[in-house]
Amino acid sequence: MNPVNYLYLASLLFTIGAAGVLLRRNAIVVFMCVELMLNACNLAFVAFSRLHGNLDGQIVAFFTMVVAAAEVVVGLAIIVTVFRSRHSASVDDASLMKL
Amino acid sequence: MENLIGLLVAAPLLGAAVLLCGGRALDRVGHWLGTALAGVSFLIGAVLFADMLGEETSDRALHSHLFSWIPVGGFRADVGFQLDQLSMTFVLLITGVGTLIHIYSIGYMEHDERRRRFFGYLNLFLAAMLLLVLADNYLLLYVGWEGVGLASYLLIGFWQHKPSAATAAKKAFIVNRVGDVGLSIAIMLMFTTFGTFAFAPVLSEADRAGEGKLTAIGLMLLLAACGKSAQVPLQSWLGDAMEGPTPVSALIHAATMVTAGVYLITRSGAIFNAAPDAQTAVVTVGAVTLLFGAIVGCAKDDIKKALAGSTMSQIGYMILAAGLGPIGYVFAIMHLVTHGFFKAGLFLGAGSVMHAMNDEVDMRKYGGLRRYMPITFATFGLGYLAIIGFPGLSGFWSKDKIIEAAFAKGGTEGWILGAATLLGAAITAYYMTRVMLLTFFGEKRWQPAPDPHKTAGIEPGAEAHPGELPHPHESPKSMTIPMIVLAFGSVFAGGLFSLNDAFVNWLEPVTGHDHGDSPLSAATVTAGTMVVLVVGVALAWAQYGRRPVPVTAPRGSALTRAARRDLLQDDFNHVVLVKPGEYLTRGLDRVDHTLVDGAVNGAAASVGGLSGRLRKLQNGYARTYAVSMFGGAAVLIAATLLMRAV
Repeated sequence: MNPVNYLYLASLLFTIGAAGVLLRRNAIVVFMCVELMLNACNLAFVAFSRLHGNLDGQIVAFFTMVVAAAEVVVGLAIIVTVFRSRHSASVDDASLMKL
Repeated sequence: MENLIGLLVAAPLLGAAVLLCGGRALDRVGHWLGTALAGVSFLIGAVLFADMLGEETSDRALHSHLFSWIPVGGFRADVGFQLDQLSMTFVLLITGVGTLIHIYSIGYMEHDERRRRFFGYLNLFLAAMLLLVLADNYLLLYVGWEGVGLASYLLIGFWQHKPSAATAAKKAFIVNRVGDVGLSIAIMLMFTTFGTFAFAPVLSEADRAGEGKLTAIGLMLLLAACGKSAQVPLQSWLGDAMEGPTPVSALIHAATMVTAGVYLITRSGAIFNAAPDAQTAVVTVGAVTLLFGAIVGCAKDDIKKALAGSTMSQIGYMILAAGLGPIGYVFAIMHLVTHGFFKAGLFLGAGSVMHAMNDEVDMRKYGGLRRYMPITFATFGLGYLAIIGFPGLSGFWSKDKIIEAAFAKGGTEGWILGAATLLGAAITAYYMTRVMLLTFFGEKRWQPAPDPHKTAGIEPGAEAHPGELPHPHESPKSMTIPMIVLAFGSVFAGGLFSLNDAFVNWLEPVTGHDHGDSPLSAATVTAGTMVVLVVGVALAWAQYGRRPVPVTAPRGSALTRAARRDLLQDDFNHVVLVKPGEYLTRGLDRVDHTLVDGAVNGAAASVGGLSGRLRKLQNGYARTYAVSMFGGAAVLIAATLLMRAV
């Protein structure tokens, strides 16, 4: 199978993720969409690795996974804390950071 | 012997440091200490003088190099002293008259609680003045020059609780500053022209510099001399300086500091000799001032201000003589010394009279004092005879020589200058006779003492009881003895100097001397001087001796009224200098407020407005930020691709 197809899939997934981040209000969903974008990138890296015939892309994919795991831990904790204090998981409600 | 020169300056400097830093603990001995150190300085001066007399005429000058002050690459400024005949003359005058006036001040300032400080300032003045005349280069001279300016400022404003004294001190300081600018420019010009400002190389190489440069240096030195010596156009401070205690007026504003300008011009003789235009400027300033001061002196009713006008006029004589070149230098200095004696004596006499009259200074309220104050009358009278040039007394010898030298200048210039000096001699006789008649002769015109609560700042020593007539009495011995010594100087100094031309021979190696070519014989000049002297005295007697003098001054002619206001010098300065200065600063202030402040405030306001609008972008919605992030990323990618395509 032509590895370029994986790149198309990766860009499709990235677009879906980006659209979700921009359009959805639920923090959990936004978070999942961020994960989707990260994994789309991972897929692209691995596909490039295959295309170029070296392992660089795969190594970067591992790094991304570690970052994603760490991000999940911190991000979920923040979301839970925000939900506890504000009784809402909407990202638009948490709009205190303005003048 | 060289090492003693440093001690001359060090003794009074030590006194100033101890007295000014010592605090109240020294209040009881301060005046003795100050006087003793002035005396020490005089004794060292006398020893050096005796030593100098023993040397050959050609190598009488002593040099003493202390240390290198500012050695930077090729530039060197040294601290060194030079004691030649000219400096020696000044040293003896300064320390001698200075010591006498210290002694006088012990009595005069007896009731002033700040007497210790007064003596500290006097010692500071002596140190600075000695530094001025002993320096072997112009930069060190400048240090002394500023030092005497500072001491003068401190002493004029000694009774600083009187607003008039504080203002007079500031005025003296500021006017002097104008002259000081001239001196500093002259020093800079010397440095660019000669590469040094030590006396020896500058004066010996003066001929080789271009005449234009020498004229510029000469005019700047003249400006400096005008400031320090109260010559037209920088004369306005001297009259007001009489606000200071009378010993200060005698020492600084009559005998020594104000003659520093004459010293400067005489010392720089080689420069002026090679710059005839600068010399013309010098004699013009001298001639104008000698008439200006004399006219002012005629109209003043304040005894000290009348004497101040006279000082201005007499220094005009000296400046004129110094401007004549080698014909006149020696006589300028000779008149300076004799003037130092008789004018200091006159001022001390005036102080003694004020002391007796509850610090009244208006001569119209004196009268008939000769019977109450015989010693003051005698010493003041001898000073009076000396200043008007009574035959045989000091002023006769020195002033007569200046008048002769003025005629000897030759040509039309000589006739004009000679006429000015003769006219000046007549006016001198007139105003001094007036002072004499108003103060010591005629009937008593004494007024009750003013209420001390109403007139702030009565001179200390006044035992005034409001509403009582003064009880004039002779001053204590500490005051009369200096007056007697100065009176001796007033009588004999001139004759002594003229014996076998002693003074001319003494100074000639330093200043040079030239007899000139007088169109008139010496006898003719002397006869002419005697005639104008008699005319002046007779006029004064006709006006003030023959008729009773009104206590309140009559309105007088336009000239009298102008002279009472110092010939409108302050009005002139106000219109020509102060007003334009005010307009200029106001204009600059307006420019600052509108243009500079406008630009700064405008920039700040526009930045503030812009950021006010920009901060609306911070709306707090995470998704808005995400859009800008994605947008930014998209723009970056688009830009990258575009660059690739190109």
